[in-house]
Amino acid sequence: MSSKSGRSINIYALTWRLPIIFWQFIFFVGPVLFMVAMSFFLVKNYRMTEAFEFVNWSKMLSRGYFWDSYWYTVFIASVSTTCAMCLAFPAAFALAFRASESTRRWAIFLLIIPFFTSYLVRTFSWFVILSESGVVNAILGYIGLGPYTMLNTNFGTLVGYMTLTLPLVVILQTVTMANIDKTLVEAARNLGCRPLATIWQVILPLSKTGLIIAAIFCFILSFGDFVAPFYLGGSQEPTLPILILDTTKSGQQWPRAAVVAIMMMLTLFAIAFTGIALAYRKRKGAK
Amino acid sequence: MTKPSNKTFMSAPSRRQLLKAGGAAVLTTPFVGRAWAATTEINMLAWYGHGEPDVVAEYEAANNVKFVPKYYAGGDNMLALIAQSPPGTYDIILSDAEFVQQLNLAGYIEPLDAADYPLDDMLHEDFSQFPGHWADGKLYSMMVRGGHLGVSYNQNSVSEEEAQSYSCFWKPELEGKVGHFDWHLPNLGMMSLYNGNGTALWDLDDAKWDAVQETTLGLRKQVGGFFDYGGTFNGLKNGEMQAMCGIGDWITGVLQKDGAPVASVIPKEGGIQFTESYSIGKGSQKADLTRDFIKYMLSPAGQVKSAQMAAYPGFCVTKAGRAALIEADPAEAKRSHQMDGDPQDPITLIKEGRIHYRDIPQQQSLEDWNDFWSEYKNA
Repeated sequence: MSSKSGRSINIYALTWRLPIIFWQFIFFVGPVLFMVAMSFFLVKNYRMTEAFEFVNWSKMLSRGYFWDSYWYTVFIASVSTTCAMCLAFPAAFALAFRASESTRRWAIFLLIIPFFTSYLVRTFSWFVILSESGVVNAILGYIGLGPYTMLNTNFGTLVGYMTLTLPLVVILQTVTMANIDKTLVEAARNLGCRPLATIWQVILPLSKTGLIIAAIFCFILSFGDFVAPFYLGGSQEPTLPILILDTTKSGQQWPRAAVVAIMMMLTLFAIAFTGIALAYRKRKGAK
Repeated sequence: MTKPSNKTFMSAPSRRQLLKAGGAAVLTTPFVGRAWAATTEINMLAWYGHGEPDVVAEYEAANNVKFVPKYYAGGDNMLALIAQSPPGTYDIILSDAEFVQQLNLAGYIEPLDAADYPLDDMLHEDFSQFPGHWADGKLYSMMVRGGHLGVSYNQNSVSEEEAQSYSCFWKPELEGKVGHFDWHLPNLGMMSLYNGNGTALWDLDDAKWDAVQETTLGLRKQVGGFFDYGGTFNGLKNGEMQAMCGIGDWITGVLQKDGAPVASVIPKEGGIQFTESYSIGKGSQKADLTRDFIKYMLSPAGQVKSAQMAAYPGFCVTKAGRAALIEADPAEAKRSHQMDGDPQDPITLIKEGRIHYRDIPQQQSLEDWNDFWSEYKNA
């Protein structure tokens, strides 16, 4: 009897798991495998033909401009992550420890609202604000400063990245810090710990996992974003997503674009796994 | 007195009623389908704008057809879309002239009957014998419009005199204010013209190709960005870019109509012509309707529509078309220099040898040019 009931429970559980397994295979594992296979295909007369050649890999990886784009993308996504984490922290701290429950709920709701609008529309709206004849320069003009070039620069790209990532990072940081046991913070303060030391020695270690997850999300979104570097950065130094577009536009080189995409995925896997390992690593002496 | 039925409208239908309703639905469906099918759909593959109401709505209403456009960006993209679709997918294909030959070689287009089109009314003899449009004495594609690429600039920071040479892109005041339309072909073509390659601008040996690359790299410090159509448009409109390389009146014309202080001229080193031609897709079941539409686009009325296209203007290619434009919209004819005696008249420029038809590199591959373009963007 017991073994029979145990089997039926497993089938029940499996039935519920099957959709997500299918989903992953159809929409993730399958396309990734196809993309890997495609990176060995050849393009003849603008049509992909099945083959198993390493020419796309050797061609892309031997090009200086690929590595320039690669390291620039890593750099700008890292800067974006650092900026987002630093800008989000004070806001998230205030919402988690200073704001009332109701204020926090409203703030999170307001942070979600930007996602109701297309990211492209939000990006285009920056043209009005950042252009040389735009709002920011007009205000600076009143105090005798500017005009400054903000569009088509790294600064423009970063503004776009912040538009994409900052609300999400604030939400993740807020939720993480709001779940910290407040008595531990109070205990630290009662035992004479200064405010900054409390943040450094109590709050940051306790919210480490959430903060790292927020940083990983920010890096992933920035690393793969096409819109900000293209429209606000002026494609000045092409990031890898722009390189993918350039590669497909000229000669329909989808196999070479697949090489770039695989390199991006490998990078993101490495960063995500390293981040998660760090996030869940136990402190020395911790049980 | 009839006894009122106790069945109300909202009461549950019987099985008989359901069967009746279902049967009626099944039997009438084909008629509904035919009512929709009364308007014939014509599948168009074209650059953005050609299938929009400002161009085709009148023709659709008059001929009970409906264009279903699929837009592409660039000849490579067009060829790929056709290559990846079954024969007969596209009834009408608008192509840049330099890609017609490839369309024909790949067997993607049907031959046309030259007698159907006003070849003897073309504004320039080149237009009726355009390279690649004829093969083995058969016409495969009909040129419908064109445009010139040269120096596009903001009139507040570049004078018309300065714009008479590509050297204005190197003006110190324009540092960070020169934009590129993000396509290697027109940009490198212009650099080739600037290097004095003239009619051989696409036919570069190694030394000349190296020189073109060097000249282009020398411009990099002036460059403020690489843009698609929307970005180019915005950059010029909000003043972020004061000069643009790789475009012409097809973008500044739209802005000019909107009151922006921008213009395009053909500099003394010469300019590049883009040429757009219609072909009938191989295996099209609506070849007759498609042929009629191409004839319409070459008629005076069609030429006026084409010249006034909201997405991007182009010049007329027939004499009757130009005359109709001057009569119907003299302001646009004047703005776009489509007037006899205008020094920037597109036909005069071609006759003076200042215009070179856009082509693909002759001694390098497109891939070589694209590789260099990627390197340049990263420089």
